[in-house]
Amino acid sequence: MTDTARPDQLLEMYTAMVRIRRFEERVRELYANGRIPGFIHLSIGQEAVAVGVCAALRRDDYLLSTHRGHGHLIAKGGSLRALMAELYGKATGCCKGKGGSMHVADASVGFLGANGVLTAGCVLAPGVGLSIQLRKTDQVAVAIFGDGAANRGPFHEGVNLAALWRAPVVFVCENNWWASTTAHAVSTAGGSIAARAAGYGIPGVALDGNDGLAVFKACSDAVARARRGEGPSLIEAQTIRWMGHYEGDPQLYRGKEEAVEGRRRDPVALLRDYLEGKKLLDAAHVELIETAVRAEIEDAVAFAEASPLPDSRAALEDLFAYYPWRE
Amino acid sequence: MALLDYAGALNLALREEMSRDPRVYVIGEDIVLGVPFGVTKGLIEEFGPERVRNAPISEAAIVGSALGAALTGMRPVVDMHFADFVTCAMDEVANQIAKSRYMFGGQVDCPLVLRMPYGIGKSAGGHHSNSVESWFLNIPGLKIAIPSTPRDARGLLKTAIRDPDPVMVFEHRGLYRVVGEVPDDEELIPLGCADVKRPGEDVTVIATARMVHAALEAADLLAQEGISAEVVDPRSLVPLDRETLAASVAKTHRIVIAEEGPIRGGAGAWLAWVVMEECFDDLDAPIARVAGPNVPIPFSPPLEAACTPDAEAVVAACRQVLK
Repeated sequence: MTDTARPDQLLEMYTAMVRIRRFEERVRELYANGRIPGFIHLSIGQEAVAVGVCAALRRDDYLLSTHRGHGHLIAKGGSLRALMAELYGKATGCCKGKGGSMHVADASVGFLGANGVLTAGCVLAPGVGLSIQLRKTDQVAVAIFGDGAANRGPFHEGVNLAALWRAPVVFVCENNWWASTTAHAVSTAGGSIAARAAGYGIPGVALDGNDGLAVFKACSDAVARARRGEGPSLIEAQTIRWMGHYEGDPQLYRGKEEAVEGRRRDPVALLRDYLEGKKLLDAAHVELIETAVRAEIEDAVAFAEASPLPDSRAALEDLFAYYPWRE
Repeated sequence: MALLDYAGALNLALREEMSRDPRVYVIGEDIVLGVPFGVTKGLIEEFGPERVRNAPISEAAIVGSALGAALTGMRPVVDMHFADFVTCAMDEVANQIAKSRYMFGGQVDCPLVLRMPYGIGKSAGGHHSNSVESWFLNIPGLKIAIPSTPRDARGLLKTAIRDPDPVMVFEHRGLYRVVGEVPDDEELIPLGCADVKRPGEDVTVIATARMVHAALEAADLLAQEGISAEVVDPRSLVPLDRETLAASVAKTHRIVIAEEGPIRGGAGAWLAWVVMEECFDDLDAPIARVAGPNVPIPFSPPLEAACTPDAEAVVAACRQVLK
């Protein structure tokens, strides 16, 4: 690992990774205990992508996420309380209980939504980029999507349009090698998603997505390029999904060796070891971070538990900004 | 009053709103030249390529990017080229645009317009002729305007552009060259405000877009038999002006609902239910519907004509409810 971040950034990145890891572990428990309804897609093992990308962004930059988006929202700075309450379906959730895990959003930190439809962000992103160009700000839009999404048409339409417009967009493929239960090797012609960038005349790079610092470096370069008005880039961050596609997935389609490899390449441990080697972190500090993060998460759980369920009348609210008519 | 055709009136609305609000831009296939219908013709000279954006044939990206821009402070107006092609952007319309505000708990607004050139005519065949407004009636989160005259087209499009929510404006292809009076002064026509296009006493015809013209022609024919038909144009399907529809039914007690698309699952079925809910006791006869048959639109002129609901069909339906 090599770093281009400042020491305070490095520690923040490590803390953010721990925050996502512990949050997802806690969600797993709560889901198993029936506290959280619906489907849950966990990002355990993939934290370095979320954190590496968001460390390269400002609060006013935009992020478009996926169905596996809790970590992205946390990394972008979204409230843990509002996120946990949303997973619970509570009125205090970031979407007032109308979105749930697959649709969490927090516009106040530029997080324009997790998404239940693969690739959706790839076509929204050029428009966010165009908006940035027309408003003449120096913001950047990042679309994160999975390797499965790279096989949908909108991926190509979105990358083409962003490239044509030289829009300030970064496309980040979070490649965990599984499109739900279908393997990359049998679903992705050409083998490399990063190589597809060449067809659109933009930079494409494949890297170790478990190396948060490598993700940060590549994303920082792409963001800087976007801010300079030089157009979009494509980053393929290769990682490993520790859990099933969804919570409860028996994973009959893959062997145990991937889980072993995932833990051997644990992104949180990799960054911790690196920071300890640089003398930026020691065991006592690690424990302090753990304690602080656990407290934040327990606070979020307590908040979600104590929050009221939405009033059933709220089901008919928020559809339109202006609608004085009777349906 | 100026005389403008429907396309020219829409063009005027775009020019007025683009002059008024720098956040408004237009995007679509071939819109710089304004082909094939001329609605966006000349905008490039006035507003330049930043705000008049020719897009590649990428419907998902055109519509999806409009959502991305709308969520972040712009007011895009998308030209769908032919409404039929919205199928290539159906996820963006149905799952993303319609749901963003609601699913995010009202955190964001989604002020964008989808202009939908639609409808039957000139042997355009099965991929360029469909009346697809009914599909979207079943998707909560979309407002739907459907103008029948140049004046309404201009006034409704202007309102749609200023609306904080996504609005689809269905423009019938067969109306683009229809000429009518358009006020010299700025006019905004609110959504949810039906218009009685011709007052009558004996029967109400509720009709949209091209079918308004068929209904007016039918009313002329019926007048020769001494039957007085009232023609009511809802002008928007979402929101719907229930009061004006109900008031007309309370007066005539008989109702025909005319639309161009296939009868099964058509907007007319919804309108019929609304009329029943509002004023069932005022009805003196079962509601009649005029609509297309449940087939794709065929190419050959006599086949196409057989699938095109016209004034004669409206006349026949009126006679039926007056029996």
